[in-house]
Amino acid sequence: MTVVVKIPTQLRAAAGGESETEVDGATVQEVLDGLFDRFEELRTRISDEDGSLRRFVNVYLAGEDIRFLDGLATPVTDGAELTILPAVAGG
Amino acid sequence: MAVSHLECKECKAEYPLEALYVCEKCFGPLEVAYDHSRWTGDVGEARRRIQGGPQNIWRYAEFLPLAGGPPGPSGRLASRVGLPAGCTPLIRADRLAARLGLREVWVKNDAANPTHSFKDRVVSVAVTRARELGFETIACASTGNLANSVAAHGAALGMDSYVFIPADLEEQKVLATGVYGTKLVGVKGTYDDVNRLCTELCAEREWAFVNINLRPYYAEGSKTLAFEIAEQLGWELPDRCVVPIASGSLFTKIARGFSEWTELGLLEGELPRMNGAQAEGCSPVATAFAAGHEVCRPVKPETIAKSLAIGNPADGPYALDLARRTGGSVDSVSDDEIRAGIALLAQTTGIFTETAGGVTTAVLAKLAERGDIDPDERVVLVITGEGLKTLDAVRGTFETRTIEPTVEAFQAGVPDAVTV
Repeated sequence: MTVVVKIPTQLRAAAGGESETEVDGATVQEVLDGLFDRFEELRTRISDEDGSLRRFVNVYLAGEDIRFLDGLATPVTDGAELTILPAVAGG
Repeated sequence: MAVSHLECKECKAEYPLEALYVCEKCFGPLEVAYDHSRWTGDVGEARRRIQGGPQNIWRYAEFLPLAGGPPGPSGRLASRVGLPAGCTPLIRADRLAARLGLREVWVKNDAANPTHSFKDRVVSVAVTRARELGFETIACASTGNLANSVAAHGAALGMDSYVFIPADLEEQKVLATGVYGTKLVGVKGTYDDVNRLCTELCAEREWAFVNINLRPYYAEGSKTLAFEIAEQLGWELPDRCVVPIASGSLFTKIARGFSEWTELGLLEGELPRMNGAQAEGCSPVATAFAAGHEVCRPVKPETIAKSLAIGNPADGPYALDLARRTGGSVDSVSDDEIRAGIALLAQTTGIFTETAGGVTTAVLAKLAERGDIDPDERVVLVITGEGLKTLDAVRGTFETRTIEPTVEAFQAGVPDAVTV
C-alpha cells in the first residue's frame, strides 16, 4: 500500500521541507517506520523511547483518530491519507 | 512582572513570544513564562495598584502576556477599548449551601461577561496579543461560547473573523454568533473534527486562531478568574473550586493564577482543592481519573452539555495531575443530573446557567452528597455561561397555566392560588 503522509508545519524542517510524502506500508506502524527510515529525525520528535507515539501527537487515518481504530496496528488502504498533527489545540 | 518567553511544558525548550503553540522538539504545549526579577515584593503597593485599575481584566495586565501593557492610550481608557471582559460578580450562595448541607458556597457568575461566558477573558487576551503581532484576521474552532466571543471581538476591534463550529450546535449559540457579521462555518462532525480541520488550516493561513496558534496567550486569560476570586474574597484563597472541564485549560489555568499570586506573596496558603466537572456523555478526563491513568483516551461526545463536548482534551494530562495533586477529583454527571443542576442553581441563587453550569452545579451536589466536602470549607463554584444560550435544556421542565383574564379563571385554573 502507498499512503500519503501529511506532515505538520512544526516537522517540515526535519522532513526536507516537504508538507506531504508518499510512504509504503500495510499498517499505520509500518507507514510511520517507513517515514522514520527516510527522515530519521522525525522518529525522536514524535515517538517515545519505546516506540509509541508521544502523548501530544495525534495521528489520523482518513480523518479518523487512530485511537478510535486499531491504533498503530490499524491496516491502511492504498492511497489513504495519514495526517500527523499536534494535540495541543482547541478548548 | 514582565512577560519573558514561551516555554515547552514538557521539555522546557524556550521560544520567542510569537504565534507558536507546539514545541518542535517534543510536540509538547508551549506556555507563557514571566520574569519575576523586577517584582519589588511590596504586596500592599501591588494590591493598591490592582485596585486602582480598570473594572475589567486589564487591572491584571502585569500578569498577562502582553508586550505593550493593557490596550488603549492610557490605563484609564483601557477599560473602554474593545470588548472588556471580567470583574464579574462573586455571589455568596447561602441558600444553595444550605440545600447541600455546606456552610460557605460562592458562585462566580461568569455569564456576566460581554458575550455571556468566560470565553471573553481568553479572547480579549488572545486578540490583543494578535494585534500586537500584526494579525488582521482572527479565527477559532468552537463549541459555541468561543464562537460568540471571537465574532463579537472581531466586530468590536474591526478585525475580520472566521468561526468554525460543529454544524449541529444549539440554535441560540449559532444566532448569537452570526449576528456579529463573522464568517461562520458549520462543519459536519464533532468539535474534535472541527479542531482537527482548524489545526490543518492554521498552517495554511496567516490568521490568528485564538485557541490554536495563539493558544499560549489565550489560555493565560483564564488566570484572571482566579485573580478576581481571590481579590473578591479579600485577598484570600478559597478551600475548594469546582470548575467545568472541556479541554482542561480553564481548570489548570485557574490553579496557575492562584499559584502565581501565592509565589509573589499576594496570597498566602495552600492551592485550593480542584474539582473538575464533566458530563457523562463526554468524560474522558473523569474516566481517566477514576481509572488512575495519566492520559485520557479520546471519546465521541454524546451529551446535552455541548460547550463541554471535547472528546480529545488537549490539557487532559495536566488536569488529571492537578486534581490529584490538590486532593480534588474529576467527576461526571448524567444529562438528567445536568438539568437538575441548572434548576438547583436557578432556584437557590437566581442565576440561570447553561448546560455547562448545570454540570458544575451537579458535580458540587455530588461531592456534597458523597461527604467529600468538609462543612467548614469555603467553596467556589465557577459558572462559565448563560442559560439563555441552551434553552432546550429547560424546555418542558415546568408548566405554564393559561387562563382567561378574569379573577374567577385565575382562582379556578391555578390550584395553589391563594385567596386573600
